[in-house]
Amino acid sequence: MEKRISRGKGLFYNIDWTMVLLWLALVVAGWLNIYSSGNKEGVSEILDFSHRYGKQLLWIGFAVLLALLVLMVDPKVIPPLSFMIYLLTILLLVAVLVIGKEVNNSKSWFQIGGFALQPSEFAKMAISLALARAMSSLTFDIRSRNSQLLIIGIIGLPMALILMQPDMGSAIVLLSLVVMLYRFGMNQVLVATALFILLLALLSFIVSKIILAIILAFMAGIIIFFLRGKTKEIILVSSVAIIAIGFVFAVDFIYHKGLKPHQKQRIEVYVSNLKGVDKDIRDVGYNFYQSKVAIGSGGFFGKGYLQGTQTKMNFIPEQDTDFIFCTVGEEWGFLGSLVVISLYLLLIIRIINRAELQRSQYSKVYGYAVASIIFFHFMINVGMTIGLAPVIGIPLPFLSYGGSSLWAFTLLLFVFIRQDMHRLEVIG
Amino acid sequence: MKKDLHSSRKRVITIVFIVIWAAFVVRLFSIQVLNDKYKKSSATISIRQEIIIPSRGTILDRNGVVLVQNQKSYDLMAIPVEIKPFDTLMLCNILGIEPSVLSEMLRQAGSDPYRKVNPLLIEKQMLPERVSMLQEVLFRFPGFTIQERAIRNYPGGMAAHTLGYIGEVDLKKTLEDSYYISGDYIGISGIEKSYEEVLRGSKGVKKLLKDKFNRNQGPYLGGREDVEAISGKDLYLTLDARLQEYGEMLMQNKIGSIVAIEPSTGEILALVTSPTYDPNLLSGRTRAQNYQNLLEDRNKPLMNRALQAQYPPGSTFKIVNALIGQEMGILNPGTKYGCSAGFHMGSLTVGCHNHPSPLNLTQSIQHSCNAYYCWAQRDMLEKSGYPTIKAAYDVWRKHALSLGLGLRFDNDLPYGYKGNIPSSDYYDKLHGKGRWKALTVISISIGQGEVLTTPVQLANLAALVSNRGYYITPHMVRAIGSADSLNKPMMKRHQTSIHPQYFEPVIQGMRDVVLAGTARNAAIEGFAVCGKTGTAQNPHGPNHSLFIAFAPMENPKIAIAVIVENSGYGATWAAPIASLMMEKYLNGEVKRPDVETRMKNCNLMRP
Repeated sequence: MEKRISRGKGLFYNIDWTMVLLWLALVVAGWLNIYSSGNKEGVSEILDFSHRYGKQLLWIGFAVLLALLVLMVDPKVIPPLSFMIYLLTILLLVAVLVIGKEVNNSKSWFQIGGFALQPSEFAKMAISLALARAMSSLTFDIRSRNSQLLIIGIIGLPMALILMQPDMGSAIVLLSLVVMLYRFGMNQVLVATALFILLLALLSFIVSKIILAIILAFMAGIIIFFLRGKTKEIILVSSVAIIAIGFVFAVDFIYHKGLKPHQKQRIEVYVSNLKGVDKDIRDVGYNFYQSKVAIGSGGFFGKGYLQGTQTKMNFIPEQDTDFIFCTVGEEWGFLGSLVVISLYLLLIIRIINRAELQRSQYSKVYGYAVASIIFFHFMINVGMTIGLAPVIGIPLPFLSYGGSSLWAFTLLLFVFIRQDMHRLEVIG
Repeated sequence: MKKDLHSSRKRVITIVFIVIWAAFVVRLFSIQVLNDKYKKSSATISIRQEIIIPSRGTILDRNGVVLVQNQKSYDLMAIPVEIKPFDTLMLCNILGIEPSVLSEMLRQAGSDPYRKVNPLLIEKQMLPERVSMLQEVLFRFPGFTIQERAIRNYPGGMAAHTLGYIGEVDLKKTLEDSYYISGDYIGISGIEKSYEEVLRGSKGVKKLLKDKFNRNQGPYLGGREDVEAISGKDLYLTLDARLQEYGEMLMQNKIGSIVAIEPSTGEILALVTSPTYDPNLLSGRTRAQNYQNLLEDRNKPLMNRALQAQYPPGSTFKIVNALIGQEMGILNPGTKYGCSAGFHMGSLTVGCHNHPSPLNLTQSIQHSCNAYYCWAQRDMLEKSGYPTIKAAYDVWRKHALSLGLGLRFDNDLPYGYKGNIPSSDYYDKLHGKGRWKALTVISISIGQGEVLTTPVQLANLAALVSNRGYYITPHMVRAIGSADSLNKPMMKRHQTSIHPQYFEPVIQGMRDVVLAGTARNAAIEGFAVCGKTGTAQNPHGPNHSLFIAFAPMENPKIAIAVIVENSGYGATWAAPIASLMMEKYLNGEVKRPDVETRMKNCNLMRP
């Protein structure tokens, strides 16, 4: 067994073709949809670099080269370099704040000649590598204070730098690493509490806060009824209930006093959408509404490739980047959408399954980090276009137009694929 | 390698991922397949329908003379967002408007997110010299465009009431009829109204893809769903433009009406109402002000007297009674009644003028004897063998209605009044059931009392007499689309309930009116003219002068009714005017310039 996995048996020896093909399928789907949303005059030269679909073809070419390059690297050299890569990324994130180009009021891009590079896209991989390195060390114990601080530091430092750009979306993505941390022993109560708080916050917008408080008190009452005699638990449940009710009112207070009008409007649009009402569709809710119109108008079979009316006519802003899924929904319909979101699910489950097979803790942690990040991007991006998630401007992995994003996700994935080829070796 | 304590969490994570994926599937299915709300808004957001207004049909007279045509008109439009800084003063000078007006207009439209991306009307129907001036310098005003439209033009300036006019459709109509949208033009009166659907044609639709800035992105589905506009059809009227024009000239400075009909076809040759106006006034820049002026004119020039004015027919109605009297068995050519300067019965007296007595039927028409018709009316109601006066009256009335009186012609003129042949119920109500006698209603015998007729009904009366018993519905449109595709539905023949043989003594009487009776001045050299004068008393002042006639006596070519309000005897004004009209039509020219000049120049308007 061990012998089979020695080097020098070809570039693709022992490669997991499933992941590679899923990656390829998504990249191709992305290009087809970028071509459609950028093609307004009918058939034209696909290698026209004045158009985004032409450029994307170039970015895809580079991405393939990057992937091949990663496959040629000895996987053993990566773990020791993890912190180096991480530090380099931190430097880039600092540099971009100084010499970055300001786009839409945020300094997130390096302008190098004709094209722009977004370091925060690559930060995801760097952080994943650093976490894998840290968590695979023999002294690491997720229950120890020092280990916890280390993780918070590794994630928190780049997150703070990204927030300074400011790029809220990319910063929020880093929270997805909680999924990976959960897998490797993070306190479940902590995760559950975080989810409970999130749910409560959301509910406090949908349901009137008085009713919510009554429901909470009622639930606490029932639990206390069954806990008769257990004083300690009753005190705990009571205080949780009181804190929760207080939290509901606090959310309301922060919402009314602490938020800026446009932030309030966004939340209102999102919440009323969950209730089935399309609000402010002429201004704040415009993108949110238009993307639903585009996808909804696709029907079961879609309007046909290149036949979308909403996406083609520039009703959707960012239609080939953050809102690329609108083109999928409109032109390929429910069937096409189902295929695309299933490709994501298959890819992510495949990554998780392969991660579990890794003998090295480093590869395992890294694999979970990759799965978490891709899934979070997928969830927020597609969720936002169909009105299930609030509008947060992050790309759809492999599909959205853009070199930085495509290369970053390709690197992220192929570093794992490369490690997976040697999964029976202890790499880190 | 460390021991993995949390491997069971892999399942939790996988399940959470699958649940979120499933939620997406459900949501996608719900908005894409179950809910059609988004499909509908997709259609309205990105596909714009551009409506193509077809050109409206031309209206011509019976000989192909153009009466109404389309004329190009130019409006200045602007799309506020496309306007770049420009020389406001120069533009305003060319347009002849105040710079403050223009800037206010642009400011208002520019502050509205939707109006600012759509064409805004700056100045409509610009004067031709301004258009040509503007065209030369338009390149200096980016965002401004000159929009060509069609307005109506009336080359002869005649027959304003018949032709009618078009105007912007009102809100109510757009709600009733989905063909129209706000801003469309629609026929508002006359032929423009009654033949609206023929004249307007059918709109075309071009489906265009528009982006969110409302910019054109080419045809939708390559134009497969587009609909071609179909031009409106031309209308060939029954009018004779020369005769119409001549009639309008004769009637100038008089109040009244002329209606001329071709008896064999029911085609209206002339439909004159006076005072009239130039139809071009109601098309063009100053339309609203002109309309207001016409509306306020106390002589009511907007009223179409030929169809809407209801006059007592006076002695012309004796023809009706001469016919019905024979049909009811009371009169025959030899029936004579005496006249001692009128009809005397108890306290009732109906005066008459000086003429030989007694008279037979033909002579009674020739001399227009009032007493003769009073006696005849009384006998029709009392001696024709019906059990009651009411029953006899109902028979009489049925015959009158069969002569096209007391009802509205089911024709192609958009309005018209019924006139009045009162029903017996009316008299029952007025006098009490069974409490009225022949003498109570005796004034109807000479076309007074409750009896009212419109000029077109009187002309039709002359026509049906000339036809010896039938008439074709008087109508205005001869052919639709081309001169030979005749307007068949309008050419309905109505047989009256009077036997054809009873017409001969009446026609002879009408002939004698012109030869040796009340209207010798109606004679035309070379044509056997038959006519009947009428002098209608009315509550509005002096008598109305009436004359109905046709010519020639055999094989008639024209039947006519003329009414000149408050001008005196029928023979004084109406008869010579009718005569001139017939001469003009039959001969093509008038050989009595003295009469023509006298009629034309006479001013009978109320001071």
